[in-house]
Amino acid sequence: MNQAIVDRVKALVPDGVLSSEEFRGDLTIRVGVNSLVRVCETLKSDPALAFAMVIDITAVDRYTPEERFEVVYNLYSLEHKRYVRVKVRIDEQDPVVPTVTGVWAGANWHERETFDMFGIRFAGHPDLRRLYMPEEFEYYPLRKDFPLMGIPDSLPLPRR
Amino acid sequence: MGLENLQRDGFITTKLNEVYAWARKNSLWPMPMGISCCAIEMMATASPRFDIARFGSEVMRFTPRQDDVLLVAGTVNYKMAKVVRKIYDQMPEPKWVISMGACASSGGMFRSYSVVQGIDQFVPVDVFVAGCPPRPENLLYGLLELQKKIEREQTGGGTSRNEQVTIPESAS
Repeated sequence: MNQAIVDRVKALVPDGVLSSEEFRGDLTIRVGVNSLVRVCETLKSDPALAFAMVIDITAVDRYTPEERFEVVYNLYSLEHKRYVRVKVRIDEQDPVVPTVTGVWAGANWHERETFDMFGIRFAGHPDLRRLYMPEEFEYYPLRKDFPLMGIPDSLPLPRR
Repeated sequence: MGLENLQRDGFITTKLNEVYAWARKNSLWPMPMGISCCAIEMMATASPRFDIARFGSEVMRFTPRQDDVLLVAGTVNYKMAKVVRKIYDQMPEPKWVISMGACASSGGMFRSYSVVQGIDQFVPVDVFVAGCPPRPENLLYGLLELQKKIEREQTGGGTSRNEQVTIPESAS
């Protein structure tokens, strides 16, 4: 069944899928940055796929010299009761991914969270502000080079 | 206060400070700053089974302007610290602070960049109540310790901030 999803995406977006793998029945599709939005639109709008729901958008800091970050989109098809995971890798120097808020409005806060925690910018996002941390905070806490206890004095406390 | 003489003599002699302290300690109105799971135990403490009303603290007011005790029950992160401090600043003097549970007292299990490792970094704390979360008995014991502390106060208002009480988890 998962192979049918891959075949369908490949047929509709010929250059879209870089690779795909299945682990314990879960399908993962790896796509390029440039074809991300087209693949997402296809995954949502094609009746055979119909991934209408964004469960989560997050990222992985792989801490590698190249393609350091991997943005992960977890999608669910309410109609077919199936999950798919879409991954896109980007470099550390210019971590920009096109936004998918145009495809799923619900992606808005997920992308803000990912921006807040990893510093990945989502080009075209309507309101790319930090979600959890104070707006004046200068660091990205879920990056591997961020210390667990934070940077001293980066978060001011009220005076006692 | 020497109330036992009242029946015999028809009057008592005492100090005004002690009358103040007696009145204050027996009607401590808490600000229920319930910001995580400790709040559940705090609510249980107010329930009929444990009945914080026995000690005059059943009136939990959600406006800081009517409160005497800031009862911080839960994890305080850096963003929330400003809110807690603002609520503390809005409370009228004299005022006291109970730090309920491991998170408020020390950050607890959240040894992390986002959680304040002890609210005594930004508000003066009078009583620390240990536990994760503390049992209602322990919170009541902390309240009684605070009452004792208020009784000891010599000045007309405010707390002598050099004294902090810690309630160990095995206290109750």
